[in-house]
Amino acid sequence: MNWRAVLTIFSSEMKRFFRTIGQSLISPVISTILYFVVFGAAIGSRIQHIEGVSYGAFIVPGLIMLSLLTQSISNASFGIYFPRFSGTIYEYLAAPISALEMVLGFVGAAAAKSLLIGLIILVTSAFFVPLEIRHPFWMVAFLLLTAATFSLLGFMIGLWADGFEKLQIIPLLIITPLTFLGGSFYSLDILPPLWRTISYFNPVVYLISGFRWSFNEVADVNVIVSLAATLGFLFVCLAVVAWMFKTGYRLKN
Amino acid sequence: MAPIISIKDLSKTYASGLQALKSISLDIQRGEILGLLGPNGAGKTTLISIICGIVTKSRGSVTVDGHDNVTAFREARKLIGLVPQELHLPIFETVWDTVSFSRALYGRESNPGHIEATLKKLSLWDKKDSKIVTLSGGMKRRVLIAKALSHEPRILFLDEPTAGVDVALRQDLWAVVRGLRDSGVTIILTTHYIEEAEELADRIGVINKGGLVLIEQKKALMQKLGQKKLTLELAKPLATIPMALSKFATALSKEGRELAYTYDTHDNKGGIAEFLSVLTKSKIDYIDLHTEQSSLEDIFLGLVKS
Repeated sequence: MNWRAVLTIFSSEMKRFFRTIGQSLISPVISTILYFVVFGAAIGSRIQHIEGVSYGAFIVPGLIMLSLLTQSISNASFGIYFPRFSGTIYEYLAAPISALEMVLGFVGAAAAKSLLIGLIILVTSAFFVPLEIRHPFWMVAFLLLTAATFSLLGFMIGLWADGFEKLQIIPLLIITPLTFLGGSFYSLDILPPLWRTISYFNPVVYLISGFRWSFNEVADVNVIVSLAATLGFLFVCLAVVAWMFKTGYRLKN
Repeated sequence: MAPIISIKDLSKTYASGLQALKSISLDIQRGEILGLLGPNGAGKTTLISIICGIVTKSRGSVTVDGHDNVTAFREARKLIGLVPQELHLPIFETVWDTVSFSRALYGRESNPGHIEATLKKLSLWDKKDSKIVTLSGGMKRRVLIAKALSHEPRILFLDEPTAGVDVALRQDLWAVVRGLRDSGVTIILTTHYIEEAEELADRIGVINKGGLVLIEQKKALMQKLGQKKLTLELAKPLATIPMALSKFATALSKEGRELAYTYDTHDNKGGIAEFLSVLTKSKIDYIDLHTEQSSLEDIFLGLVKS
């Protein structure tokens, strides 16, 4: 293993993140805090408790997941797309670095950034809503798994995209709707049976449900199912990225 | 000594169906400067990209100092430095940072002394803290070379290093290339500028339409294919070429006032002495004469056209 290269890619990506700290850290944190202010403090007080949890506290895990997913995807997709776009990718490809090392560097950095954002949102949410974390270990596990999985997905998008527009299409058209409809803001129980069944096909439901369970044991699906689904999605992403490198997809063709 | 790079039967067909390389075999010797010439789209960059691991091959094999460039890519790539054709640089980084980054990417322990020496050699030392975005095109080209040299490679690929570079800088870069060769680095250089290959290369390869149409020591090539042209300014214009000269390859121009004779320096038959003596015997007087040696450019154009 060329660990020095992994560390070099990781730290240069992190450097870029801190260089543009305004866009990369402050803006997602502020926009998520706005949700707390509006749904937690303002409207939330008028919404009845869900399974004994105040609405403000109920949406915290959903909101963290929402920003974790979008940040993981956008960090990772931009991280690999930009060198492709600017041409500096040649250096990564010509260096004695394996596909695994490249993924560890880029995806690791993207996941680290979104984790950082997620944790900052978690801490700030405590100022607005009463917060309780019953299973901190599982909370961290879900955070890590989700950040890794969606950073891999973002990495794939960054490899697949051949323009800045395409970089935005999947997050906007697929991920944001799936997250909003995946129980970020509501319990699936309030849905009519048909829509509830349809919702079970939404992978984001399992992430949010498992993550929320780790906070206050309120879940739409069993936590084991959530964990299995999250792991399954992680392995699918890993397999696709491995295939992309093996065939040289959009990188070496 | 075994060649440092050995390419066997290398082919590349892109997904679009374009066959960029057609079964190229080539050995690159240790310490030489190999000049690769060829028109746009001939396959030069594809060849370099496959050796360096940027593009996948369709068929064939490449070994670098005995290491297969796919199965033993780490060993192979550590030996290679690549200067790409385009100015692909992280523009918001400083010169020092990006050159140090390249070294680390190759897994080499940090060595500020080497980076400093490299930057000084390329006259970049006073720009070390400048952001790349502020540098001129020529300076960016030097940064690319510094990055390629950061991990102390034994082989350096220069893909059209002097494209769009002014004359003074070109001379500087040539001096750098010669200095590297003297330190034992094998250099493979692609270029459009034939005088560049003529000036620098020990051996010249010509690639056309994905095939290696010629590979030869530069001196041997120039001698073998080099033709000379003798032009005589005649005292009296000739209407036609006299019969006595029919065995020579001659041509009249400028309304019969100039007589040109094309001959091969190594072909003893029909040499210049005989031609001149025939002229004297035929009482054709001339005021002046000059000879021209065909350049690599003529040789190159001859190959690529045919």
